[in-house]
Amino acid sequence: MQTTDITNPEYFHKVVDCQWACPAHTPVPEYIRLIAAGRYSDAYMINWKSNVFPGVLGRTCDRPCEPACRRGRVEEENQAKPEPVAICRLKRVAADYKDKDDINGRMPAIPTQKNGKRVALVGAGPAALTVARDLMPLGYSVTIYDGESRAGGFIRSQIPKFRLPESVIDEETGYILDMGVETRFGQRVDSLKALLADDYDAVFIGCGAPRGRDLDVPGRQEAAANIHIGIDWLASVSFGHITHVGKRVIVLGGGNTAMDCCRSSRRLGGEEVKVVVRSGFDEMKASPWEKEDAIHEGIPILNYHVPKAFVHENGKLVGMTFDKVKPELDGHGRRSLVPTGEPEVFIPCDDVLVAIGQENSFPWIERDVGVEFGKDGLPVLNAATFQSTNKKVFFGGDAAFGPKNIIWAVAHGHDAAISIHKMLSGEDVTDRPPPLVNLISQKMGIHEWSYDNQIENDKRYRVPLRGLDTALADIKVEVELGFDQKLGFQEAQRCLNCDVQTVFESRLCIECDACVDICPMDCITFTPDGEEADIRTRLSAPAMNLGQALYVADGLKTGRAMIKDEDVCLHCGLCAERCPTGAWDMQKSYIEMSHAGSACRSR
Amino acid sequence: MTFLAKPKLHHPALKPNELGYTRRDYEGSISTLCAGCGHDSISAAIIQAVYQMNLPPHRIAKLSGIGCSSKTPTYFLGNSHGFNSVHGRMPSVLTGANLANRDLIYLGVSGDGDSASIGLGQFAHAIRRGVNMTYIVENNGVYGLTKGQFSATADRGSKSKKGAINADESIDMVALALQLGATFVARSFSGDKTQLVPLIEAALNHQGAAFIDVISPCVAFNNHTGSTKAFDYVREHNEAVNYMDVITPRAPITVEYAQGAVEDVTQHDGTKLRLRKLAATYDVHDRNGAMAYLQTRKAAGEIVTGLLFVDPEAEDLHVSLNTAKTPLKDFNDPHLCPGSQALDKLNASLR
Repeated sequence: MQTTDITNPEYFHKVVDCQWACPAHTPVPEYIRLIAAGRYSDAYMINWKSNVFPGVLGRTCDRPCEPACRRGRVEEENQAKPEPVAICRLKRVAADYKDKDDINGRMPAIPTQKNGKRVALVGAGPAALTVARDLMPLGYSVTIYDGESRAGGFIRSQIPKFRLPESVIDEETGYILDMGVETRFGQRVDSLKALLADDYDAVFIGCGAPRGRDLDVPGRQEAAANIHIGIDWLASVSFGHITHVGKRVIVLGGGNTAMDCCRSSRRLGGEEVKVVVRSGFDEMKASPWEKEDAIHEGIPILNYHVPKAFVHENGKLVGMTFDKVKPELDGHGRRSLVPTGEPEVFIPCDDVLVAIGQENSFPWIERDVGVEFGKDGLPVLNAATFQSTNKKVFFGGDAAFGPKNIIWAVAHGHDAAISIHKMLSGEDVTDRPPPLVNLISQKMGIHEWSYDNQIENDKRYRVPLRGLDTALADIKVEVELGFDQKLGFQEAQRCLNCDVQTVFESRLCIECDACVDICPMDCITFTPDGEEADIRTRLSAPAMNLGQALYVADGLKTGRAMIKDEDVCLHCGLCAERCPTGAWDMQKSYIEMSHAGSACRSR
Repeated sequence: MTFLAKPKLHHPALKPNELGYTRRDYEGSISTLCAGCGHDSISAAIIQAVYQMNLPPHRIAKLSGIGCSSKTPTYFLGNSHGFNSVHGRMPSVLTGANLANRDLIYLGVSGDGDSASIGLGQFAHAIRRGVNMTYIVENNGVYGLTKGQFSATADRGSKSKKGAINADESIDMVALALQLGATFVARSFSGDKTQLVPLIEAALNHQGAAFIDVISPCVAFNNHTGSTKAFDYVREHNEAVNYMDVITPRAPITVEYAQGAVEDVTQHDGTKLRLRKLAATYDVHDRNGAMAYLQTRKAAGEIVTGLLFVDPEAEDLHVSLNTAKTPLKDFNDPHLCPGSQALDKLNASLR
């Protein structure tokens, strides 16, 4: 096998599963250690640099990091239902307990002398705010447009206040706007041509995917008064235009928007709220924890029901009919839903919320401004630079590749900001900067390591919730109370410190087998070299997870190779602890993505 | 020395054996020996062997004397019986335990100081009596606990870490064991578990005095150029006469070997030792041949390893003493003190 090149910035990055899975590549273990140490402001700033909205994301993130978390793979009682480290809720701990005055003092300095370049941002959601955050410290004059009167975009309009209090949004959008961004709120952009004519050097479009998909079945027109599009309804709730819903509510759809709709309904007078979904429970798009939260609030989820018609009497909605289906595999192994043949189901209701998807919509972009659109209605973009076919126009967030989530929008914003900065500095936008990687030994002395490596089986700690009685009474009362400092510490201690890497130096190895014998996970093998597929089967313990690398080092005296399976390594450091010659060392790989600025050009 | 506890977490694919125990269940406390010590590899090999043999931990007694090697029973088989005896006196304590309770499996762990110096006489007598045991000497040729003096097994002419040359002739424990009538004699290397683990299994199965000399480099005091017990030296001069698989009737191994290169030795308990011969003419049943071979190869500077001698029909001390099948510890008062009538009868028979 090929000897592993640990100088490749991707190699150790992949070992840090959470950071690798995060679209913004936040250095997760680093901030978790800081939380354990009680250094909340430091932890907050690591997050803020990387994902811009730690307080928001600590409550609402889609957490792609958590399914990737190693803890879920290595605990024996964890195999059936993995219990990863509560990374997302730890982020909230950093946001809740940081020293606000300290944070204010740590915000980047904004040059008073501007660089003369003007950038327009369309939409004040997470993607555009990230672009502003990255460009303001570089001296750009940034103008942000939004039809609403305050910043936040979907963060403000879609996420119910019982999940995300307004004060958190105000605070974190404030950090950016206070940098001196020129705001044109309440001013919806209705022509890209006009905007370009205004002599901006670059335009970033982060207007989201604002159109909710409708359901065209019989009765839709007749009963329209009680049928609402989910995202529009949530926005109206958010802005206080809607304060009440019928006693019996049907929510159609299985995504996170549907979960927000049903939980909001429970707080606005909905007593019998049901979620009705076409697919099975496991195939629903909503995150498992959001489904859990809905069920916890007494909301049943009915699966395998396909909407057939809205039933109305005298122009008033009285219920809906559904066909029951079941999943069946076709000859190609594809799942399809086929009718069960059972009689149709009638569910009475007073209101229906349709949350079956969102679509992009760019009626305000003239087709002759040089921005090409693909067949899917999405702009034609370079996937790395986010540049459209009009070199001055960039897209990000849901507007770029269709609806995703906040953390993806942030990642897009960072990348687009790099592109804008490079373009306006006269550089090649396709030349992308590598991340900064720093490997530092964690050895402090004999048997002393600078991180906590006493690893134990430990179940995930639950985030305390407000009682249902008070939670359902007021739509503005936050349900989750968040970890307190003690729980936060305990949960932080579950982190395996996957960024503290096992680094092997063949030259020093005397092949005494001490590391092989001590490794609790049987990760290490000294064996004659061979083909990867063969080697994977003859290791101390078979390495069947092909998504995880084998660390290969040759140059040993016996001619064998050292093979380490990265998959289940606990990063406990016992190999280094038991190594007589220091051939193994534990080195922290601090990986920081490059953002717009001098680093993105020189690295 | 390590202060960290080994995490209880283990590989998700770790398999339990027939008794439902995983290999990790056979571990002991974390080793306090120097990092890299060969003895830790031997502990790991013992754990592996006992796990593979499906032995219940409470049926094993591990006994040792004094020294680095004699500390190791703490680091394996944490749920077995243990006895850490006086320096060099492990063989007699083991003999006594074996006589009192023949039902346990006896594993004696000792070192070159414990067995070749202070306990040489004890070693000799336990072997010549044919006590049913596995006697492992963890042989590093140096007194590690007292910082690196030559032990009695250090080869003449080898160099200490400080540069002194050993002027004394070495004691070859394997040659002694052969001469004293051990019925299972082997030598191996801590750095070669492929060879060592099956040897330990076979020795534990053997119904007689089984002796294994395991060369186990001392990383702190005897792993330098000029030492004949260093990792590099042993690897370069290791002449294995055979490798083997232990085949139990319950779990036959079906690996095919080239004709003529394989020899099966069936032991008393029905287990088969399948030898893959590396030295074509070497005969594991020839005690005299083994002794001669050892001397010749030693003169040529080689370290002979592998199963060197086995008597599959071995008999142990209990057979020669004609003791009862019931362990002596299980005899109760009526058995041991049959009463005055029985005494009168016995006296009458002698009049």
